Amino acid sequence: MAVGKVTFTKAEREKLAEVLWLLNWISVVAGMILFGLGLFLKIEIQKWQEVMSDQEILYAPHILITMGLAACGINFLGGKICLDCADTNKFLHWKLVMMPYIICTFFFTSCVLAGALMCYSIRSQLEESLFLGLRNAMRYYKDTDTPGRCYLKRTLDLLQIQFHCCGNTGYRDWFQVQWISDRYLDMTSSAVVDRLRSNVQGKYLVDSVPFSCCSTLSPRPCIQQQISNSSAHFSFDQQSQQLNLWKRGCRQTLLDHYTSIMQSVGLIVLLIWLFELLVLTGVRYLQTAMENVLRLGDPDSESDGWILENSLAETAHSNFNIIKNLGKCYQVDDDLNINIPAATAQQEVPSQQNQIPAAS
Amino acid sequence: MPFMPVKFNLPKRVKLAQGLWMLYWFSVIVGILIFSLGIFFKIELRKRSEMMDNNESHLVPNLLILMGMLACGINTFGGKVCHDCLDPIKFTKWKPMLKMYLLLCCGFSMLLLLTALLCILMQFAVYLTLAEGLKNGIKFYKDTDTPGRCFMKRALDLTQIEFRCCGNNNFRDWFEVQWISNRYLDMSNDEVKDRVLSNVEGKYLMDSVPFSCCNPGSSRPCIQHHLTNNSAHYDYDLRTEELNIWMRGCREALFSYYSSMMNSIGALVFATIILELADMAGLKYLSTALETMVDPENPECESKGWLLEKGIKETFTELLAKLKMLGKKTNQVEEGRDATVDTT
Repeated sequence: MAVGKVTFTKAEREKLAEVLWLLNWISVVAGMILFGLGLFLKIEIQKWQEVMSDQEILYAPHILITMGLAACGINFLGGKICLDCADTNKFLHWKLVMMPYIICTFFFTSCVLAGALMCYSIRSQLEESLFLGLRNAMRYYKDTDTPGRCYLKRTLDLLQIQFHCCGNTGYRDWFQVQWISDRYLDMTSSAVVDRLRSNVQGKYLVDSVPFSCCSTLSPRPCIQQQISNSSAHFSFDQQSQQLNLWKRGCRQTLLDHYTSIMQSVGLIVLLIWLFELLVLTGVRYLQTAMENVLRLGDPDSESDGWILENSLAETAHSNFNIIKNLGKCYQVDDDLNINIPAATAQQEVPSQQNQIPAAS
Repeated sequence: MPFMPVKFNLPKRVKLAQGLWMLYWFSVIVGILIFSLGIFFKIELRKRSEMMDNNESHLVPNLLILMGMLACGINTFGGKVCHDCLDPIKFTKWKPMLKMYLLLCCGFSMLLLLTALLCILMQFAVYLTLAEGLKNGIKFYKDTDTPGRCFMKRALDLTQIEFRCCGNNNFRDWFEVQWISNRYLDMSNDEVKDRVLSNVEGKYLMDSVPFSCCNPGSSRPCIQHHLTNNSAHYDYDLRTEELNIWMRGCREALFSYYSSMMNSIGALVFATIILELADMAGLKYLSTALETMVDPENPECESKGWLLEKGIKETFTELLAKLKMLGKKTNQVEEGRDATVDTT
């Protein structure tokens, strides 16, 4: 009981081969698109890599890049095979390669699906990574003279300016870190010394924010110092306070930004996966149809094509047996009662003898 | 004695026709490119029109859009002629129009030359408009409650952040205007009153700049206020501190941006002129080669093609003579008309 059995005439087989050749070339283009998407994603993540604490997020673009290159290669070969398959003579060259090729393409297609699903599942990992990364970036904001951290200030400032955000969850995060380096604090001033002493860890904490938190939408010049003390500034009412600084936290903003990119990329990869599955099904039908033609002996006759020769359960069972026997023939067995290697060799010889007369 | 004659046989003619057809289609693509560059330039000018007092001249982008469309049309027609010319029946349809078409191409090349020159020369106008616009922009920075000017602050802040610049010539321009609105000044405060009174025009001037002048690449938190007072900040010297705020003026920054854009567009238009001249020369060779076929019935015969029927000097003198004749004829017609008017 074959799965998905379809009968093909000679003309239909040739048409199928032509169509598959074209589809394989379109798949090569799809592979290049996949490669481009992976590259784009990698560049986007690398732009703000400094504020992400772990680099596992780079797995998704790396998988897409590899899959894109593999798609180009596999579909290029597939196009060549399909072009030759219309003719039964040329098909004999490829006969032995077809089955491994189909299995390989099946695994490749599953990897593409895995890549697409990874794009969608990355959100929670990204949130954790951004939370820790931004917290560290704010802590090391002042360390512009420490090698390895000297560009964190610039990165964080540019991030806040470009994405219209301030701090990790909000602007108050800046009140909890010392973001002014000791090099620029006048230690002889009593105000500074008092502030340092009043803090348990000896940090210089102020209720101020860096200039990059300033909102360009505010109608009044930016108020960066003494933000929580509204009486320190003239007419600093509720509305002025709302518009003065960026309200959103950078973690949420970056998360939304990357989630939307990943979702669009994931959607395109899913569509490419469906297309590859379609091409794989077509190649399988062509392979089985051509093999059946060879078995029947008459190149002009009708033949059947299918996805699986027997039902799913039977195929799984027989494959499992093959794997078991494969395992057994590698065993060095001292038990003389078991005669399986000799028996399978005897079975193979008659089947080859049967095939050769059919081909001629 | 024809100018630059070339002998043609059938394969050479076919090659010329095919090559010319591809060249015409390439010219169509270049025409589309000029059209899109014109639109891009127009959008860029509109984006920053607030910095130019909404006073900028859109002559160059409009001209580019027109030239792009004309180039597409003219070159498509040329391509069609080339496509048909190897078929004698179709070619006889186009033959009478060719002279007119070549004159049109000549005129179009002159217009392209004018456009390229304008691209280069209008940069001065852009410079002057920027200078005036930025000066007004800085003056009206504080007027966020005046209708018509309420977005000037935002536009100027975004420009300074995007182009990494501060002020018109440099950051000191901010010291000469009051950029904090009176609404946010506590007039009951003595310090504020002193500062306002000490100024002749009653303006509240400070040696401070807005936050958008700050340079994110600075290693210390941005110093915006009391910039000229070294002792107001710890370990600070205005003369040595180059990374604190942007040192470049916005006029220079915006001008170099627009100038590079206009220079590249001008270079592309010059290249298009050369392409058009090549097209015209090819079409002239092809049409003369087809017209001078010794035996019109036999497509394999030889023929001669040239750029000008007589030498350059002779063609020029002929042209002048023709223009003189044309001038005389119109004068004669006018005299004749005057005479008839007098006699009646």
